Amino acid sequence: MEVSGFVTGAATREAFGRALRELGSEDPDLVVVDADLGNSTRTELFARAFPERSFNVGIAESNLVGVAGGLAACGKKPWIASFAVFLTANAYDQLRMSIALPHLNVKCVGTHGGITPGEDGPSQMGVEDIALATALAGFHVFVPADAVQTRAVVRAAARIDGPVYIRCGRPSAPLVYPLGCDFRPGKAIRLRQGTDITLATNGVMLALALKAAWMLEEEGVSARVLDLASVKPVDEDALESAARETGALVVAEEHLSHGGLGSIVAQVLARRCPVPVGFVNLGDTYARSGKPAELLEAYGLTAEDIAARAREVLRRK
Amino acid sequence: MELEKLQDKARLLRRHIIEMTSAAGSGHPSSSLSAVEVVVGLYFGGIIRHDPHRPWWPDRDRFILSKGHAAPVLYAALAEAGYFPASELETLRRNGSPLEGHPRMREVPGVEASTGSLGQGLSIGVGHALAARLDGRGYHVYVMIGDGENDEGQVWEAALSAAKYHLANLTCIVDHNGYQQTGPVAEVMPLAPLAEKWRAFGWQAREIDGHALSQVLDALRAARDAHGQPMVILARTVKGKGVSFVEADYAYHGKALTPEEAERALEELGWR
Ligand SMILES: Cc1ncc(C[n+]2csc(CCOP(=O)(O)OP(=O)(O)O)c2C)c(N)n1
Ligand SMILES: [Mg+2]
Repeated sequence: MEVSGFVTGAATREAFGRALRELGSEDPDLVVVDADLGNSTRTELFARAFPERSFNVGIAESNLVGVAGGLAACGKKPWIASFAVFLTANAYDQLRMSIALPHLNVKCVGTHGGITPGEDGPSQMGVEDIALATALAGFHVFVPADAVQTRAVVRAAARIDGPVYIRCGRPSAPLVYPLGCDFRPGKAIRLRQGTDITLATNGVMLALALKAAWMLEEEGVSARVLDLASVKPVDEDALESAARETGALVVAEEHLSHGGLGSIVAQVLARRCPVPVGFVNLGDTYARSGKPAELLEAYGLTAEDIAARAREVLRRK
Repeated sequence: MELEKLQDKARLLRRHIIEMTSAAGSGHPSSSLSAVEVVVGLYFGGIIRHDPHRPWWPDRDRFILSKGHAAPVLYAALAEAGYFPASELETLRRNGSPLEGHPRMREVPGVEASTGSLGQGLSIGVGHALAARLDGRGYHVYVMIGDGENDEGQVWEAALSAAKYHLANLTCIVDHNGYQQTGPVAEVMPLAPLAEKWRAFGWQAREIDGHALSQVLDALRAARDAHGQPMVILARTVKGKGVSFVEADYAYHGKALTPEEAERALEELGWR
């Protein structure tokens, strides 16, 4: 997917597949379990390199999650992947009972997050996954924006001894971090300084938020941009400083309106520094089939939408 | 409709499938092509009692396409049956079209369930079949699943409940095309002996050549007239049936044909 002003890089799911293969050569305890989607989730790169450490349980997501729980209980380091919606929504109680409750070291990767799966339509779109994953006690939840950051996120996740959910996207992603980046769980990344308002976001929306900031700049509005790739834990200090120093925020996400990044940010700000906040998300409806870029436009997830929301929030400041 | 006419319908549905997925530039033509004869038998072979002018007629028979990624075969059949004009097929997967990538219940007249997350259709079918009993209605419920879809535990949960309630008004058709997304069923998740598994779960099972229309019709009639227990029809099919280069390569799963490939396919099907 192209965003003007950015070089288009590999899809984050592709970057995940490559990073996983790299980790596989560094750690013999790393195993991968799949549910008949390895060519889509890109875990097939690992499976080709390490066939003896990769398992395909067929189209069976609850089994996928349970098997990973068992492997982790025996000291293996399982990574599992499916479409975001099937992994979180189809196997939720298994995520809860077999991984979250015993706090096992399982890395769960949901690809095809958000509405950018596009033409396949709403049944294939992970638009509640962040709400579901962040609700699981003890889970870390990360949403990388581009191929470069995905590698950093995957490597950081591997260093965590506990459950992690990572959301990746289907289409090629604009490169926000072309020169490498340092990802630390719980740390926001300030990509742009700004004094009037803060745009807090992650994933696909990050490039669009930067574009929105350039648009606002032309109107004399100085917008800070915060990358919250670490959704849980979220960087409460960065959010508090953003609220104190800019006085208003917009949270943009490729997700339904309830329980995602917007809810998390609102909760932190309510506690630490209440300021006007605006939200850019899908609202309370499922999207339809269509080309990814068309859908982002139809459902109000463009740079223009972020800028418009910022102007509205500024009036409430 | 006599056999020859049904074969023509099958050829026409194949053309629609190729044309609409290629125009969309995405979709699952190979998974749709394997299901054509069963769908033709249901809609045009006098099996399903339905009325395109009253799509939600309470006594209609139900067809639930649990393997929702084969939506093109369903849309093509519904159009040919008169639910909407065939000219709408070319809007497949476009923003604003009711013909989404996977079927959405009630968005399209004749689409009985929202599917696309594999494993769920048979349970929905059990619900329809139980409701028929509660309401004293004589309709029959047909559910089509993929063979890979048998991997989902929910299929077997549904099978157990259908057997428990003796739902002879429910039929499951397995589009047994031998492949799932990442390889042959026999390698990804072996199912054999599949008929015995269904029988062990309390179902009557019948294995047929899913492209031989006479066998398809015989089996569907037998399933409709089943007594005591529900019937599963294991329809042995070929993924991509009718297009040689798609039949030969399972990697076509989930891929639309390029315009050039589509031309070759239509030629093979006798449309050029
Ligand atoms: C719950 C769920 N998991 C994964 C998928 C992704 N998926 C779509 S089609 C497919 C393979 C289906 O194989 P099969 O049931 O044999 O159907 P065929 O295409 O061969 O007719 C998979 C894994 C899905 N749609 N739903
Ligand atoms: Mg199959």
